[in-house]
Amino acid sequence: MVEWTGELGQFFWRVTKAIFSRPFEWAEFSRQLDAIGARSFTLVALAGAATGAVLALQTRDSLARFGAKSMLPAVIVFSLVKETGPIITGLVVSGRVGAGIGAELGSMRVTEQIDAMEASAVDPDKYLAATRVLACIVAMPLLTIAADFFGILMGWVACTLADPVPLKLFLSNGFHNVTFDDILPPTFKTAIFGLIIGVVSCFQGMRTRGGTEGVGRSATTSVVLSSLFIIVADVLLVQLIITFF
Amino acid sequence: MEQPTHLESPIAVAGLRKSFGTQIVLDGITFELKSGEVTCVLGRSGTGKSVLLKLLIGLEMPDAGSIRLAGCDILSASPQELNEARKKVGFLFQQSALYDSMSIEENVAFPLRRHAKFSNTERRDRVHQLLGSVGLDRDLDKMPSDISGGMRKRVGLARAIALDPAVVMFDEPTAGLDPITAAEIAKLIVELREQRHISSIVVTHDVHTARTIADRLIVLDGGKALFDGTFDDLNRSKEPFITQFMKDAA
Repeated sequence: MVEWTGELGQFFWRVTKAIFSRPFEWAEFSRQLDAIGARSFTLVALAGAATGAVLALQTRDSLARFGAKSMLPAVIVFSLVKETGPIITGLVVSGRVGAGIGAELGSMRVTEQIDAMEASAVDPDKYLAATRVLACIVAMPLLTIAADFFGILMGWVACTLADPVPLKLFLSNGFHNVTFDDILPPTFKTAIFGLIIGVVSCFQGMRTRGGTEGVGRSATTSVVLSSLFIIVADVLLVQLIITFF
Repeated sequence: MEQPTHLESPIAVAGLRKSFGTQIVLDGITFELKSGEVTCVLGRSGTGKSVLLKLLIGLEMPDAGSIRLAGCDILSASPQELNEARKKVGFLFQQSALYDSMSIEENVAFPLRRHAKFSNTERRDRVHQLLGSVGLDRDLDKMPSDISGGMRKRVGLARAIALDPAVVMFDEPTAGLDPITAAEIAKLIVELREQRHISSIVVTHDVHTARTIADRLIVLDGGKALFDGTFDDLNRSKEPFITQFMKDAA
């Protein structure tokens, strides 16, 4: 455990230096942004939409009991924007992207492709890891906005099916007391989730040993550890946001 | 095609020692690869032949000894100096190690894209020339998973010589290939020496290939270099391990 933590720390430092050193790998970065960001869009949008709908259905009944049904749009918007959207996005992306990175880099390790890259004087930390980590960092806030958008939209649909309400009125009520301090910090905290997913998955993938079984193990541990660290980081980040915003 | 940079002694190794845990894999290996020479490293499986190549290119670090690669002491070199030395070396891996996410053409273009200042047209021409030199001139947009093992070796070789290296390292270049394809790969190694004066170090347990291509042989056993000389010297050796090895290989 101590050895693993030490190696992860060294890897994180090497990747951080690689991100800020020239030349920057623009072509590989944009390829990863597409693979990590654009191709996660549908899944994140669906997860956000489902969360919004469930939130509306569950909360509506509870609020009705306290005679606060008119608060439903605000509850959905606040809940999604401040917490549910970011954490759902983090966990969904850690499942899809974490497993993908862990398996891809693990497979490259056991088939000596990473050795081949190093032997041809190309730094794998820079070419493979730094580009993926940065793509995760950039993609996460954008995907969170998508999850929030589809969550609120489906929240309105679910509300309207039970009790018709115009979208404009729903949004007006929902965003009435929302400020940028309610939206920006929770959205941008997902960049930290992206950092966690990228670093943990690349680290697990690049230290794969033991053939195809090792690749499977790397994919699984990438998802498990990223998800776990995201949940822990979320607790700390929420406290920080409450303190400073 | 540009001729590679020639170095008097592209690889020089002294007192090399490497162990994994309590298992000593290499113990006191010393040799020098001369310019334009093809040296084969023979030995049974698990005698540290592939580890030796990984030490030479700096993918593994030795416990003791010294390694000079293309004039660079790789144990004291900075990462930049090590990379400069690596640019003068080509490496063909046992399973070819082609990049899965790139086509054949992109695989060969990869080192050129990274380290050579070519326009897109020049790079494409160079890639086609390299692939032509290893007998591949079509299906260049295929992915590595769609081609045979022999073709993968050829693409790996084209990628290894893309930067006109002074030396090429081969890890079991004929392993898993049929005799005809193995002979073709051996012929390409000989052509590298004769046409482009490239030095090669070839790790193999295929005595027939070694006989075809080697100027010099090193036989490893028990972590030590049991023999260092020509094939004729090897045939005359009275060392029991070598006698048995040659007998089994015949």
